[in-house]
Amino acid sequence: MPGMFKFLTQMGRYFMLLQKVFSVPEKPSVYYKQTMREFVFLGLNSIGIITIISFFMGAVITLQTAYNTENPIYPKYLIGLGCRDSIILEFSSTVAALILAGKVGSSIASEIGTMRVTEQIDALEIMGVNSASYLILPKLIATLIFNPFLTLIGIIVGILGGWMAGTFLGVTTSEDFIYGIQYAFIPYYITYSLIKTVFFAFIITSVSAFQGYYVDGGSLEVGRASTKAVVYSSILILLFNVILTQLLLS
Amino acid sequence: MIKINHLYKSFNGRVVLEDISVTFEAGKTNLIIGQSGSGKTVLLKSIVGLHEIDSGEIWYGDILFNKLDFTGKKEIRKEMGMLFQGSALFDSLTVEQNVMFPLDMFTDKTLDEKTDRVNFCLNRVNIINSNKLFPAELSGGMRKRVAIARAISLNPKYLFCDEPNSGLDPITAILIDALIKELTEEYSMTTIVNTHDMNSVMENGEKIIFISDGVKCWEGNKNEILTSDCDKLNDFVFANSLAKKLRSLK
Repeated sequence: MPGMFKFLTQMGRYFMLLQKVFSVPEKPSVYYKQTMREFVFLGLNSIGIITIISFFMGAVITLQTAYNTENPIYPKYLIGLGCRDSIILEFSSTVAALILAGKVGSSIASEIGTMRVTEQIDALEIMGVNSASYLILPKLIATLIFNPFLTLIGIIVGILGGWMAGTFLGVTTSEDFIYGIQYAFIPYYITYSLIKTVFFAFIITSVSAFQGYYVDGGSLEVGRASTKAVVYSSILILLFNVILTQLLLS
Repeated sequence: MIKINHLYKSFNGRVVLEDISVTFEAGKTNLIIGQSGSGKTVLLKSIVGLHEIDSGEIWYGDILFNKLDFTGKKEIRKEMGMLFQGSALFDSLTVEQNVMFPLDMFTDKTLDEKTDRVNFCLNRVNIINSNKLFPAELSGGMRKRVAIARAISLNPKYLFCDEPNSGLDPITAILIDALIKELTEEYSMTTIVNTHDMNSVMENGEKIIFISDGVKCWEGNKNEILTSDCDKLNDFVFANSLAKKLRSLK
């Protein structure tokens, strides 16, 4: 029972924080500048890691699909098709979100947590600034807008990685692979992936910000909050992956 | 003027402040003194509304502050400036941006006007040619002075200082104390300073309250403090061996 009480208390605090976050900004121009800054820190700075991971993920999917479909009854274009669908349906959104939960989530939790323990959040409150909104809303806007672009980059680079691995290592021909990625293509899969990305971006940013905002203590607690941010975001991403898949693909 | 009536504050059932009543006068440097853990910071944070009090009244002039809603408190907070123990400068902003922050947030001044005001405030606290530096590049004393400049940038009616000279050498500490006193008189602010530094008390103590274990034990000024018959206060004031010797000589 104490565990349930604690869970409900935390949920209540989380939704109360969101209520504060979505209140009217004091000065939209200041929030705009802050949002542009977050586009760089949380968005542009994540392109590198998403590109690298997607490239190798695409390569591995292609090789594994090739080694598992060596039987001549399977057409060769299955390799490209498998790579495309795996990348679009799961890797570009869910796996990328798990990676971003580690990179962006821990960064958000530690940044806000450090501001809490060094009284910078108190300083904002004393000035009459809605600290929750000022610190979290620009991050939410930035990730909700930018993460879908990261997903699209992940899809393109992932398929490119698959094509390069497949053709350079000789497991498929370029023609077969390209035929495969065009075969029975369902555009809705992209929409599905982007919808998931938006949900995951919200989870990563809000859960991590929540962990950082309510840090109580010192640097040790900031570290713990950062870890909790990654763990809770990851679990919620996996849970919502199931829910959204059932809702969107059934 | 700030008036506190019968203020009580507890954390998880542990009473931290008990029946505090005091009036802090405008144009004076009001000091709250006491040992570490006596409840000074909790009192200061309760006065500025960072802690919700259990019962009692906090009056800012003729406004009952603790009964105001978030928006009402926000309006009063625009008239507050606060210097935190660790300065609480925003790490990601330069000195100039830190001091400009309240101006950006709450005024419609042009960039030139804001820059003029920032330079005026920085000059007033003797910070010169450091506008583009980040807080991490400043010494402890400089950080405190920048924090004071930020606190006075909007011409506040109320200035709160939590341990303004903690971690500073005696000479810098005296300079910070003198600066706070000068600014208080210059702008007719109601200034409340938390300190356990006896140099500050003897320099700035126009009005002093002594807190021990969350209870106000004594109230007076720097001239009366040496002749008090409050045992707890005497233990605090004459804590070191030199002070004890001087007292015995008297």
